[in-house]
Amino acid sequence: MNKILMSGNNVIGEAAIRAGCRFYAGYPITPQNELTEYMAEHMRNAEGGVFIQSESEVAAINMIAGAAAAGVRVMTSSSGPGISLKQEGISSMAAQELPGIIVNIMRGGPGLGNILPSQGDYFQATRGGGHGDYRTIVFAPGSCQELADLTMDAFDLADKYRTPAMILADGMMGQMMEPVIFKKPKPRQYPEKFMLRGAGSGKSKFIRGLLLDPVDSEAHNWKLARKYEVISENETRCEEHRIDDAKLVIVAYGTAARIAKGAIKRLRSHDMKIGLFRPITLWPFPEMRLRTLSEKVNNFLVFEMSTGQMLEDVRLALQGYADIEFHGRPGGAVPTPAELANVIARVYEQKD
Amino acid sequence: MAKIVFKHPESLKENIFHYCPGCGHSIVHRLVAEVIDEMGIRGVTIGVPPAGCAVLAYNYFDVDMIEALHGRGPAMATAIKRCLPDRLVFSYQGDGDLAAIGIAESFHAANRGENISVIFINNAVYGMTGGQMAPTTMLNQRSTTTPAGRKQAVDGYPVKVSEIFSQLDGATYVERCAVSSPAGVNKTKKAIRKAFQCQMAGLGFSLVEVLSLCPTNWKLSSVDSCKYIDEVMSKVFPPGVYKDQTGQSGKTAEARP
Repeated sequence: MNKILMSGNNVIGEAAIRAGCRFYAGYPITPQNELTEYMAEHMRNAEGGVFIQSESEVAAINMIAGAAAAGVRVMTSSSGPGISLKQEGISSMAAQELPGIIVNIMRGGPGLGNILPSQGDYFQATRGGGHGDYRTIVFAPGSCQELADLTMDAFDLADKYRTPAMILADGMMGQMMEPVIFKKPKPRQYPEKFMLRGAGSGKSKFIRGLLLDPVDSEAHNWKLARKYEVISENETRCEEHRIDDAKLVIVAYGTAARIAKGAIKRLRSHDMKIGLFRPITLWPFPEMRLRTLSEKVNNFLVFEMSTGQMLEDVRLALQGYADIEFHGRPGGAVPTPAELANVIARVYEQKD
Repeated sequence: MAKIVFKHPESLKENIFHYCPGCGHSIVHRLVAEVIDEMGIRGVTIGVPPAGCAVLAYNYFDVDMIEALHGRGPAMATAIKRCLPDRLVFSYQGDGDLAAIGIAESFHAANRGENISVIFINNAVYGMTGGQMAPTTMLNQRSTTTPAGRKQAVDGYPVKVSEIFSQLDGATYVERCAVSSPAGVNKTKKAIRKAFQCQMAGLGFSLVEVLSLCPTNWKLSSVDSCKYIDEVMSKVFPPGVYKDQTGQSGKTAEARP
């Protein structure tokens, strides 16, 4: 397997095509345009590949829902404002149990915000985002290699659980270049009975999201809830970095975790015992693992490029068993590892 | 042996329609099902019902169906057709679905020349939600949200879908019909067949607008509703073939790149 030097947005596109994605619809928005362009260029060489530049993000999400129903692996991508527009469609895909990948290359918000890297869409991604009782599997890659691996895994999980999954990265992850090795994708496991391809000579099928009868509707909601429970039990992922002797553990994901690693390296050279807990799935959040960690670590510092969103999940996970500090940089501000190291050092010295 | 001259279409389930007495949906459903039967395409047809009165169309059509979000039928149909080019894919839409919330999806599906068919039910009112103004509500027509009648100054003009869509280069076949008379019903069926044939021949986007009855929200009897279509609606929305390039060589069944 050769290493290939690629930018994050292109890595997602290449991983998707290798994973068998054969339908992509999207609408340009910075900072994810390279992904849309990559799919335009490379979908034409993939057998059966369809690329559509849709008239809007709303159309794009409904297109991938249609293609998913037709039994094809599908993906769409956007950034904050466009992801907001897709929410009704994501909710509908969850309701209709259609697998598909939604990539959010986050930018500064709220509103149009700016086009710089940010992590302000955590709530939107992890709480469902659209209306109704549903969840979306959310992956938070921390490197180009993970963009490749997790994009492939996201397709498998979306199929396995028949639910939309999201890749939540940011403008930094999308634009930066790193060497990547693409793993061999697993063969797709998705039964034909869930595909809508014409009844042939058999019984016709329908896929619906409107359940007027409250008995049906409640049963459907509980069915979805049970599925989300299974996902929560089986699919959490996280990375623990230098936590064995840590007195203070930083909790950060994605780009923020990369910055934190740089800061920790500096501080470790000054004998400060600092580690990192990095959730790789944001939903399901690796709650139990973090709670277990609080048996030996009393101090946590949550660092996010937002005003504090994952912070709530960390509080829920730790349930008051440990002290939690927070450092946030919202709106497209990205600190250097040196800046973050200063913040961490202050907290560490207070606790020490 | 007796010859069967009339029977329940095979592509229509036996379920009793939930539509109001006199509603045009029941007629158009039957016509679509008859055309599917006659063309022998039940097994390869995929329908996309809308949000609106016809949201439960999958209870009636015995073909594969997926319910679209409000207005997004043509986006969904586009994707299904692109993935399964040898299937017949139609979206079934009301006036709010096509001409208000879903105008962008409908317009661009037509403009791209997607090889799908749209059955567009125009009854000049929002039926399912109880009689509010539709984009096709006519000037001075009363609705629950235009209690003094639709006024151009605040509500604008009725949207003329067939006129607009026929202007798009991507559209191959656009016809407006009315199901207010037996002759109109026959014409509508012919138009639906032509639209489906256009698609099966790979000729591109087809749209059949059907002026349809809504006695409940018009607060008219069924008979008066038919008269209303003939005497009032047809003046604003004249039936006719707005575009027919099915015979032209310019539109070919060329495979997409």
